[in-house]
Amino acid sequence: MSRSGAVAALPMRDGSRRQLMRGVACACTLALAGCTRSDTRTLRFWAMGREGEVVGELLADFARERPGFDVRVEQLPWSAAHEKLLTAFAGDATPDMAQLGNTWIAEFAALNALQPLQRALETDRSIDAADYFEGIWRTNEIDGTLVGLPWYVDTRLLFYRRDLFTRAGVDAMPDTWAGFTRALDALQRAGTPHPLLLPVAEYEPLLALALQQDEPLLREGGRFGNFRGAGFRRALGFYMDRFARGHAPSTTGGDIANLWQEFGRGTFAAFISGPWNIGELDRRLPPSLRNSWSTATLPGPEGPGASTAGGSSLVVFRRSPRQAEAMRLLSFLSRPEVQLRFYALTGDMPPRRSTWHAAALANDTRARAFAAQLERAKASPAVPEWERIAQEMQLVATRAVAERWSIEQATTAIDARVDGFLAKRRWMLARATRSGGA
Amino acid sequence: MNKRAMAAWVFVGPAVAVIGLFFVLPVLAGLALSLTDFDLYALADLRNLRFVGLDNYGRVLALPLFWKALGNTLYFVVVGVPLSIVLSLATAVLLQSPLARFKPFFRTALFAPVVTTLVAVAVIWRYLLHVRYGLVNEGLGALGLGPFDWLGDPAWSMPSIILFAVWKGFGANMIIFVAALQAVPDDLYEAARLDGATRWQQFAFVTLPMLKPTLLLVSVLTMAGYFQLFVEPYVMTQGGPLQSTVSVLYLMYEEGFRWWNLGTASAVAFLLFVLMITVTQALMRLGRRGEEVAAG
Repeated sequence: MSRSGAVAALPMRDGSRRQLMRGVACACTLALAGCTRSDTRTLRFWAMGREGEVVGELLADFARERPGFDVRVEQLPWSAAHEKLLTAFAGDATPDMAQLGNTWIAEFAALNALQPLQRALETDRSIDAADYFEGIWRTNEIDGTLVGLPWYVDTRLLFYRRDLFTRAGVDAMPDTWAGFTRALDALQRAGTPHPLLLPVAEYEPLLALALQQDEPLLREGGRFGNFRGAGFRRALGFYMDRFARGHAPSTTGGDIANLWQEFGRGTFAAFISGPWNIGELDRRLPPSLRNSWSTATLPGPEGPGASTAGGSSLVVFRRSPRQAEAMRLLSFLSRPEVQLRFYALTGDMPPRRSTWHAAALANDTRARAFAAQLERAKASPAVPEWERIAQEMQLVATRAVAERWSIEQATTAIDARVDGFLAKRRWMLARATRSGGA
Repeated sequence: MNKRAMAAWVFVGPAVAVIGLFFVLPVLAGLALSLTDFDLYALADLRNLRFVGLDNYGRVLALPLFWKALGNTLYFVVVGVPLSIVLSLATAVLLQSPLARFKPFFRTALFAPVVTTLVAVAVIWRYLLHVRYGLVNEGLGALGLGPFDWLGDPAWSMPSIILFAVWKGFGANMIIFVAALQAVPDDLYEAARLDGATRWQQFAFVTLPMLKPTLLLVSVLTMAGYFQLFVEPYVMTQGGPLQSTVSVLYLMYEEGFRWWNLGTASAVAFLLFVLMITVTQALMRLGRRGEEVAAG
């Protein structure tokens, strides 16, 4: 896999050199004739991290289908991607197409930077909304307008050591909170003092618990936080209780040095994480442990629980003069057979059910838990401020765990901060209704 | 006279123009920005921009995290600056001592951290300071101490950052001190020795007074640098644990480039600017008063 990655990177390097040359050429002619923005038969596509490395391989097929049409992939590191995209927008230099983390979609939709896709999809028979996992699809709809197409999906569920659970007398992973709590108690008695790892630096585990509730996390159309509501209080209570009862080690951010190694040693018996860890565990655990771990869907308050709907989408920028071509590439990358290859290259989970029916995925027991979890993935509130709200929620929760706050104290603190973040949004919405009414 | 004044303006003109264009103008623009609520919505459409007067300042000053960041920054400055100066002065004096051997080697070795890439050595320090597998804890463990969670425990995170920053930066000051020490005339020491001054007395009554201007310069420079703490927490702890290493500049970066609240970020930047000017001025005045006392 790493070798194929290196091969895929080669044409990229060529591409960037060509881009540089073109830049130099432009700079030279600029004074004389003005610079045309690169030729019309080149599509600029921004992709991040591992996806950016391998997407070139998929594009070879696209090039065969559409000869004479050039796609230039430009790689961004994840850590700088958000900044670069915003800067590109501010500087009127957005690409034609990009991979966009789906927590950012609301933000770029608020900037009016994304092209609505509904119209184009109506003419394209190959993309069927009903084939996509609903929670994931929802993250791409902002105020009823579809502005992105899910590319791969990410949700969080349990990775657990089957042998340790069996030793503690738990044969099947419980699917309720009460059952899960009993299982953790049993593991503690069986010699794992802190059986569940809940890394406090990530907001996803707590968010998943919060999404399992019926109540929304924001109220009045995203104008105010609803963290004082009974739903979130229940989720936070369950979360804090894991630390209070020692089910989870309350290290204050002290990162586990090597998650996989400690998991292999049995320092903890379960952790909540995403699909990339299937590959990591396969690679890093000793062969003797290969069959002693598995994945399971998250337990919920009363039955199988929901989880987060993460991942990336493909978007077309409104300012792109090559809309039709971008749509064609979007449609190509969304084909089940292309997505299956993409899965093989990256381990990224496909968002379409028809891709999951393919043999490679259907027979993988560890991936199957993800398919089940994805059916219950739930979108977070689609407001541009969401990422910050989620971070703040986790910050307060971490503090509440470390300093043993009451639920009341913690939820009041979160709501106060969140209402502050949403102040501008409230003003915007109020102004929109005023001018709409006049 | 008029002609001379003209000539003077012609000569300073380019410098003034450059300062005006690249310093005064951006500062004024930043000040203007800090009076607005420029954010993501304003980026989308300038009609969403509101003039908010001093609201940003009020909000920042009411923000608990700002005071926490200020406290962290002051902690870093108050402990880090004297530590850095004492360490660099001590090494410089040792390097200048007639007893020292392999001077060029030690000078290079002690200066080396300054020219290494901060991000690269930060990674190495993260390994050294690791709670379970780090060399530091291993060494302390052999002495029966620890283990300490250097970067994971809010009580130890800032001391670790200070240690790292001092190690990284003291070599630059050391070189300045070495140069200043070489400029101290030998006959002063000779005279002191004839008067029967001990080594310690020579240091206190000859070396230190002669180094005074250099000390002031180094203090001002180091302080200005240390107030702008950012990269160390950015690469080592990302402001954690429990926001114990969030500095004022880190807060500004998060507000501005992570959440795109440029109005608030500018207000934070201005508050830091005012604070630094005040402290530097106070330090300069202190230095001048010391000179007057010495002269009188």
